[in-house]
Amino acid sequence: MSETTDTFVPKPSLPPPSGSVGITYWVRSRLFDGPVNSLLTLGAIWLLASTLIPLIDWAVIEAHFIGTDPNLCRTGGACWLFVDERLRFFVYGFYPDGQLWRVNLVLGAAVLAIGYLAIPNLPGKRWVVPAAIVGLPVLTILFMHGGVFGLPIVATDQWSGLTLTLVLSVVGIVAALPLGIVLALGRRSQMPAVRIICVVFIEVWRGVPLISVLFMASVMLPLFLPEGMQFSKVLRAMIGIVMFESAYMAEVVRGGLQAIPRGQFEAAAALGLGYWRTMALVVLPQALKLVIPGIVNTFIALFKDTTLVLIIGLFDVLATIHATIVDPEWPDIAPEGYIFAAMVFWVFCFGMSRYSQALERKLHTGHKRN
Amino acid sequence: MNSPRTRIKPWNDPRIRSWVFQVLVVGFVLWLVASLFSNTLHNMETRGIRTGFGFLDQTAGFGILFSLIPYEETNSYGRTFFVGLLNTVLVSGLGIITATLVGFVAGIARLSHNWLIARLAEVYVEIFRNVPLLLQVFFWYFAVLQALPAPRQSFRFFHDMVFLSKRGLYVPAPVAEPGLGWVIGLALAGLAVSIAVARWARKRREATGQEFPVWRVALGLVVGLPLVVFLLLGSPMSWSIPALRGFNFQGGGVLLPELVALWFALTIYTGTFIAEIVRSGIQAVSHGQTEAAAALGLRRNQITRLVILPQALRVIIPPLTSQYLNLTKNSSLATAIGYPDLVAVFMGTTLNQTGQAVEVVAMTMAVYLTISLTISFLMNTYNRRVALKER
Repeated sequence: MSETTDTFVPKPSLPPPSGSVGITYWVRSRLFDGPVNSLLTLGAIWLLASTLIPLIDWAVIEAHFIGTDPNLCRTGGACWLFVDERLRFFVYGFYPDGQLWRVNLVLGAAVLAIGYLAIPNLPGKRWVVPAAIVGLPVLTILFMHGGVFGLPIVATDQWSGLTLTLVLSVVGIVAALPLGIVLALGRRSQMPAVRIICVVFIEVWRGVPLISVLFMASVMLPLFLPEGMQFSKVLRAMIGIVMFESAYMAEVVRGGLQAIPRGQFEAAAALGLGYWRTMALVVLPQALKLVIPGIVNTFIALFKDTTLVLIIGLFDVLATIHATIVDPEWPDIAPEGYIFAAMVFWVFCFGMSRYSQALERKLHTGHKRN
Repeated sequence: MNSPRTRIKPWNDPRIRSWVFQVLVVGFVLWLVASLFSNTLHNMETRGIRTGFGFLDQTAGFGILFSLIPYEETNSYGRTFFVGLLNTVLVSGLGIITATLVGFVAGIARLSHNWLIARLAEVYVEIFRNVPLLLQVFFWYFAVLQALPAPRQSFRFFHDMVFLSKRGLYVPAPVAEPGLGWVIGLALAGLAVSIAVARWARKRREATGQEFPVWRVALGLVVGLPLVVFLLLGSPMSWSIPALRGFNFQGGGVLLPELVALWFALTIYTGTFIAEIVRSGIQAVSHGQTEAAAALGLRRNQITRLVILPQALRVIIPPLTSQYLNLTKNSSLATAIGYPDLVAVFMGTTLNQTGQAVEVVAMTMAVYLTISLTISFLMNTYNRRVALKER
């Protein structure tokens, strides 16, 4: 056998030209390609340097983090001491001291239920959804309000702080969902009277600002009710929020219903299913799955909108922080206070919007346009 | 063979069932409305609340911080309604203009090839979209504008012509002199002629393919010609410049801190949503369209104007309009910082003084509802016009 074989041995591939890889290439192509982009980059760097450096200096380096005495903050940068000092107030507001475990229990249950629903591919979600829709409001009334199992009653005007924000938004969305589904079905109904009623209801609530709805709930609702029937202010605000939000929810659900191809309705009819079974067994399961991102987005909007209740005199988390800002005990902390409030809301909203985007990508199975 | 017609039992006949169901639903709604109505009448009677719109002619007796039309305390409640309405229109109009500008700039910047610019725009959108608007209004009003110096120490710009202080932003105001009406009339006439020219030019392009320099002609008609006349008449306009007298400024025009805070917050908040709409609209036009247009020999600005923009706008305009509506509704947050908009003046002070909640709330809601329904009607008309003609 000869020792040499004529197999082709490729030469190792050449490295890419030195000008088209690495950090210098990236900087040149993404930051400094052409005079306009170079100017823009330099302008942006100048803008960042002139705002970020003083901001970080004020908010972190020169700031006060440790201690409880407002007088420590007379000099230097930002004063974050109030956060630790008032944290209980921000979270629970005026809820009585010995009873905080009740709030923790209800919020914990809500977090558990929502967390279970948020994690994909867990079994038994079809039972968790109705259990949460019925259970969370019941649990809220039983435990947070009390009056049963020997728990002392905590009147709703003592519900405040982050607790109130969460209760308003979670109960708001949970109650608005079934109402919204009914309204959406009504709007797509063949029966003209039902359709007209639903369209009028939806368009009226969507056409007015939430503030006017809250004003209406707080001023006009007592006039609507029969004599002797009185709702507390929190409950009135909640009714207003649910009405308002159900109209938006109806439009979200309607979007899902419209995305279901006609063949699904026809196939259900061919199987002999009536209207309610067609909807409950064939159409709604598909439609609701499609609109989960829309529901999450509605929830984000609602979560931000609950701050408006401070205008009708309720004490949500923004109101507790605002109260601390105008408290003479803590002078000159307006920027810190609002920045802290903004961070609280931002963490919630940004987290939820990222979750909704991830869901959208997961559910985007390629039959939609774009 | 004739099969006997199966007779449907009446309770199985879909038409009858639908009728019965509708009668039940309508009956229920009517009963609900009637009982609410009678409750309300009864409650108002027992509380001694008057009914009817007679209160609109009564003297209001309270001052309003800022008004576009002449208003005094001796004017009627009816006039407070219009003062509030005009203030709402003012802040919404200003907000819509600036939010559109900010939104388009940020939306296009997010698609920039420049990494830093794209990230900056993304950070702007993600921060301000996820913070409640009311919080932003508070921030600008209480943390920024209230922290500004008093009028004596105010920031000065442009050689002491613009002043920024706790009391607001003072700017030079134009004062009309005789003859200015002609110039404005001429500009309006120029606008009308330009629209006619634009229509004619589009018809001609569709018929013959020839382009007509519409924009240059319109610029000449709307700006150029009135400017020449303005100068020929000897500049019939002067400026009133603010000057410090005592503790505050005299002369000039003022933007109140309440207005500035609300305007800022609405602009920055709504701008983030518009940015996302613009970005998705531009991304929705496939790159093949650009290439096809280039292959047809269109120039670069023609590609943008005739191919990309019409298709992107079809995606952009419907959600953009609903953002405008949101901005208008959100301007009602004015009431939280005391800017006298419709909700603050009418649903706030007027309601408190007269106690006629039903009438006041109904009037206020009717205003917003009218605006919303009008705009969504126009939007649907537009949508039908630009919708893809599919077969």
